[in-house]
Amino acid sequence: MTAALEIVDVVKTYPGEPPVVALDTVSLRVDQGEMVGIVGPSGSGKTTLLHIIGTLDRPTSGEVLLAGVATANMSDRQLSAVRSQLLGFVFQQFFLLDGMTALDNVANGLLYRGVAPSQRRKEAAEALERVGLGNRMHHVPSKLSGGERQRVAIARAIVNRPAIVLADEPTGNLDTKSGVAVMDLVRDLHSEGNTVIIITHDRELASSLPRRISMRDGRVESDERDVQVETEMAAS
Amino acid sequence: MTVAVAPTLAPTRSRLRPGDVLRVGSLGLRSRRLRTSLSTLGVAIGIAAMVGVLGLSASSQADLNSKIKALGTNLLEVAPGQGFGRGTGTLPDTAVAMTGRIGPVTAVSSLTTVTATVRRTDQIDVGITNGIGVFAADPGLLDTLHAKLADGKFLDAATAQYPAVVLGATAAQKLGITSVGDGLRVYIADKWFDVIGIMQPVAAAPGLDRAAVVGLVTAETYIVGAAIAPATIYVRTADGATDAVSGVLASTINPATPEEVQVSRPSDALAAQQAASTAFTSLFLGLGAVALLVGGIGIANVMVIAVIERRTEIGLRRALGATKAHIRRQFLTEAVLLAGAGGLVGVVLGAIVTAIYANTQHWQVVIPPVAILGGLVAAVIIGGIAGLYPAARAARLPPTEALRSN
Ligand SMILES: Nc1ncnc2c1ncn2[C@@H]1O[C@H](COP(=O)(O)OP(=O)(O)O)[C@@H](O)[C@H]1O
Ligand SMILES: [Mg+2]
Repeated sequence: MTAALEIVDVVKTYPGEPPVVALDTVSLRVDQGEMVGIVGPSGSGKTTLLHIIGTLDRPTSGEVLLAGVATANMSDRQLSAVRSQLLGFVFQQFFLLDGMTALDNVANGLLYRGVAPSQRRKEAAEALERVGLGNRMHHVPSKLSGGERQRVAIARAIVNRPAIVLADEPTGNLDTKSGVAVMDLVRDLHSEGNTVIIITHDRELASSLPRRISMRDGRVESDERDVQVETEMAAS
Repeated sequence: MTVAVAPTLAPTRSRLRPGDVLRVGSLGLRSRRLRTSLSTLGVAIGIAAMVGVLGLSASSQADLNSKIKALGTNLLEVAPGQGFGRGTGTLPDTAVAMTGRIGPVTAVSSLTTVTATVRRTDQIDVGITNGIGVFAADPGLLDTLHAKLADGKFLDAATAQYPAVVLGATAAQKLGITSVGDGLRVYIADKWFDVIGIMQPVAAAPGLDRAAVVGLVTAETYIVGAAIAPATIYVRTADGATDAVSGVLASTINPATPEEVQVSRPSDALAAQQAASTAFTSLFLGLGAVALLVGGIGIANVMVIAVIERRTEIGLRRALGATKAHIRRQFLTEAVLLAGAGGLVGVVLGAIVTAIYANTQHWQVVIPPVAILGGLVAAVIIGGIAGLYPAARAARLPPTEALRSN
């Protein structure tokens, strides 16, 4: 199996008095088509790790390889291209733009790839159908429920058919029922063959994932695979 | 561990279409309408001031030009020299005849004030003069001055000897006379005069607008009872000979004491007025520039606030693949659109102000295209400069920081 992602001895230190070591020598390999949960208490470095995997930030030291390619020497512009074509982000706070409809928000996922507006909308409509919001396309975010907003955000993350979907506590702002719906959707993405890395502080939710990485104080505490869940998910 | 150093991981670069730059750049304006309109106000006022000043100046220049044209630069006015010991207040009796002998003179006419009152009827008190003066003129005056009639006829060889009168535009209005009717008369110096014509306003001799003009002989016979020496002479010359004629007029009219004759060119006063209004224009343009500068600072200010407020949007766009250049372009576009909108409003406002004011002055409305174009270009440049710093700041914002600030 090819590695979708590999990070080697990554250290991230935030300058300050005293400096904060958010990641302390983290190494990790995620294969294509894997679904990985990252768990750990608040402040353990989960978001920092996701940002570094997502090329939004650079490690203080160590290597980040995407599809086997080192990113360390890439320019900011090249990293932007990587994000626009290979990565899809889902955030806890959704980050939808208020001034536009769900459809246009999703179409923004293709904005920086230079796709023509009509084509963007067409693919956005398909992505919204896929997350079950075909009937909400022309609603503005403020007219949608929290769960619906997060599904719009997921549609935006997958509209560019990314190699890796990165989700940072996607259910953190949702009630239980909406959270379950969003998780079902994420699981569907995985079963369709997408590589998914999902941060959660919800242990119960994490235990339903085939692979869990536990973090504490910037270090990987444990990395467990659950063969049973994996086969269950493969069977479904 | 071996790493395949592929030159590019992503097959193509991030790319934002030009149309999308506009769309993205106008998003903030569309979603914050009130703030948008308020922040364009400064630029709008500045541009409006400049366009208005240029428009008004052009309109007034055009008006002066048409006045000068109507007057003709080949018209000379001859009057007795003014001041202590400067003669009798009149010109020699022979002045008109002598002037007519100068070669390039094409027309010459005299105009002289006569002391008398003009009344609508003999029932009206002598004290009520309506400010109308009586002038004695010869039949050639109308042509010499390039003046026009609103109604009726001017004096001719016959009517210049009878009790007939031609009224100036204002005088006719004061007397309540709008047209020349059969048997219409006014009462001048205890005699009835037939009203035979009404003049349009006379650019060359605005005093004529408040005048009742009678023939020279008429005035001598019916009003003064003595010969009248001319007070003012109007001289029309061949084109190009005006200066030459002007140079010899005084000594021709009064060879003994030419200094008692004063020659002027009525169009010179208008030309001087034209030069004076140019100086005013520069002053107001300066004030407009100050307003524009303040407007530009206002836009920079609003943009800095927008960048701070929209950190998460910036972070999100970076996560979606926007480069720093894309972010910079977005906010620069926004600032330019903001100022451009202000410029557009300012141009329209300036044009409206010009039109309204020019109309009250009965000028033709002239708005120079260079003012419109210059106004818009100035606004766009101001926007570009105002947006430079906020856009750079937005582009520099680290994406992670932008995404955490919530
Ligand atoms: N920009 C920053 N500057 C300084 N410290 C930071 C910054 N971002 C995160 N941290 C610190 O890094 C540590 C890890 O944070 P984070 O990755 O957000 O953890 P988690 O997502 O697991 O809650 C925390 O101690 C946090 O306070
Ligand atoms: Mg976090």
